[in-house]
Amino acid sequence: MDALGSLLSDFTVRTVMLGCALLGFTAGALGVFALLRRQSLLGDAISHAALPGVAIAFLLSGSRDPLVLVLGALASGWLGTLLVSAITRSTRLREDSALGIVLSVFFGIGLVILVIVNRLPTAGKAGLSTFLFGNASTMLTRDVWTICLLGLACLCCLALFWKEFKLISFDPQFAASTGLPERMLDTTLTTLIVLAIVIGLQAVGVVLMSALVVAPAAAARQFSDKLLNVVLLGGLFGALSGIGGAMLSASVEKLPTGPVIVVLASVLTLLAILLAPHRGLLPDWLRHLASRRRIETRRILQALYRLVESDPDPFRPHDPNALQAVGLKAARSTLAVMVDLGWVEYSGERGWVRLTAEGWEEARRSIGGELPA
Amino acid sequence: MNVELSILLTAVSVAIGCSLVGTLLVLRRMSLISDAISHSVLLGIVLAFLATRDLNSPWLLLGAAAVGVLTVVLIQLLLGTRRLREDSAIGLVFPLLFSIGVILITRMAGDVHLDSDAVLLGELGFVWMDTASLLGMELPRSFLLSSAVLLANLLFVVLCYKELKLSIFDAGLAASLGFSPLLLHYLLVSLVSVTAVASFDAVGSILMVALMIAPPAAAWLLSRSLAQMLGWSALLASLSAVGGYYLAVRIDSNIAGCIAASCGICFLLCWLLAPERGLISRWLQQAEQRLLFPAQMLAVHIANHEGRPEEPVECHSGNIAEHMHWQQQFADEVVAYARQHRMLREQEGILRLTEEGRGIAEKLMLHG
Repeated sequence: MDALGSLLSDFTVRTVMLGCALLGFTAGALGVFALLRRQSLLGDAISHAALPGVAIAFLLSGSRDPLVLVLGALASGWLGTLLVSAITRSTRLREDSALGIVLSVFFGIGLVILVIVNRLPTAGKAGLSTFLFGNASTMLTRDVWTICLLGLACLCCLALFWKEFKLISFDPQFAASTGLPERMLDTTLTTLIVLAIVIGLQAVGVVLMSALVVAPAAAARQFSDKLLNVVLLGGLFGALSGIGGAMLSASVEKLPTGPVIVVLASVLTLLAILLAPHRGLLPDWLRHLASRRRIETRRILQALYRLVESDPDPFRPHDPNALQAVGLKAARSTLAVMVDLGWVEYSGERGWVRLTAEGWEEARRSIGGELPA
Repeated sequence: MNVELSILLTAVSVAIGCSLVGTLLVLRRMSLISDAISHSVLLGIVLAFLATRDLNSPWLLLGAAAVGVLTVVLIQLLLGTRRLREDSAIGLVFPLLFSIGVILITRMAGDVHLDSDAVLLGELGFVWMDTASLLGMELPRSFLLSSAVLLANLLFVVLCYKELKLSIFDAGLAASLGFSPLLLHYLLVSLVSVTAVASFDAVGSILMVALMIAPPAAAWLLSRSLAQMLGWSALLASLSAVGGYYLAVRIDSNIAGCIAASCGICFLLCWLLAPERGLISRWLQQAEQRLLFPAQMLAVHIANHEGRPEEPVECHSGNIAEHMHWQQQFADEVVAYARQHRMLREQEGILRLTEEGRGIAEKLMLHG
């Protein structure tokens, strides 16, 4: 706890944590829309495509003001998404190829410009590897301000057009038919996603920013079917991964922030896929087992009933193995469940079973037979 | 061997090797698998390096290829849970593996020359410094490695040509005939991984993605068969490699980046100029069809009324707009088009079909 306390009182660590949390929240919340629109990999493409924008912005302005660089990144990321949709609309190429082309070619061009920029005397170290892998630990107050400002702008815009964005994400045809400017809303939403991505590039880098768009949203999706809940949860998961990553890398030596954030977010997603209450694999499997057990008990109950149906004594004990004659196998555990339910009881020492009055009634009701005279 | 020649040879052999498997990826809608694999192989390289402590060990190649295949297996597993769509599954798996790789590098391998920049960017300019001798010739190691991979890819494409074609264009039929699409899938994925590793130290993973996707995508716009597409993409990739190299020399910048950029230029040119499927020829076609179809309609109209009492009214050039329900201006355009293409001529204000025009009208009426 002391370690945590001293960590939290450290100004630099606090700045980094705040920045990562805001970043995670924005990316997580906007990522949900990318997920719904099957654009998860757009994040990957955009974050690579932003490089030439950053380099050119630096070349033109000569400043390393995060706001200028973000605007450059936004412009070229946006151009990249436009190209992707132009390619898919006008050729037989599918979206995956279009994304791949934009991603790699833009990145290559960015690289070329960056090498040239780095030769300029004013450049200092414009830090390519910062751009690739991010460097959250050097985040300054003004970086956090930029993230804060742009992140809030993104979220406000999202809140403002909530209804419209919801509609175009789930049913774009209907949205268009109601007279909404579908194309423009689509572009706005994509721009917001681009913005959410580019503000994080400095902090967590190209490869990892794309993960921050995918992972928290994918985790949140497992918990709810309501858009608002998923968006809020996505933001929460993103923020948690950001804070966790910042804290871990501040307290352990030689642990890069960006990758740790990604690992945390991914682990969170895997856990969500495994354990989430409704959609999780484990609860799903348990439900499956329970329903199999339920069907099994029904079938055995009915079979036992058939055995005594025309018997004057409906409560005569039978060997459970006799059920094999009708193709059923009564496992001990299933019989135990039925005893617990009070439908069946053991009788005698040979392990034979007989229906109880309650079980007989239940079986008759489920088969729909007549009462014996 | 001189510097320029070794760089060019390496670049071209990487380019062709990438473009061959890339063609298959593009056709199978798996383009972004190359991106995923190119990032996640980093983990395999790091793990193999930590185990062997030798950057030249062949285990690096194997480890990386194994992680490449693992990437695809994990993606398939996630898809199998039906909780995620394909894009999210890919976007979840490779950053995770890549991040683990970066963390391992930072923590364990900080003191050796194995940095993640090199993996992503590569440095083609230095391939000539690291040579090995083969048949008495001193050849760059990267060139030897990439030509071995090129050979493997070529063998795969040639030997499995029929099966690949079938599994690409009709996976169901391929499966029902007893070919195993899954086996081919994993063979392809393994080759992509090996290609990624072989390319990474020469050209970096981003360029590898550019070479794997852009030339095949451009080739697809130019070709009508798998063989054509493979040929075109190998050609375009080599051209981009050579062009990119000279561009890099001219502007003195990163070679890998310039090759990626020239892949982009190459794609852009094909996108604009490809015969039939290019943007420009499609515009021309559309402009042509805007008038061609109405002109055919007009020919049918005239053929219907030809030699009948109503001909002077129905076929009078002044009445066409009214009878065809066209705007006057459009009607004039169509008549001009039809006359220009010798479908009809005007006699004393009455439009009459030429032999050619009558042929067109009869053919339409016969089939319509």
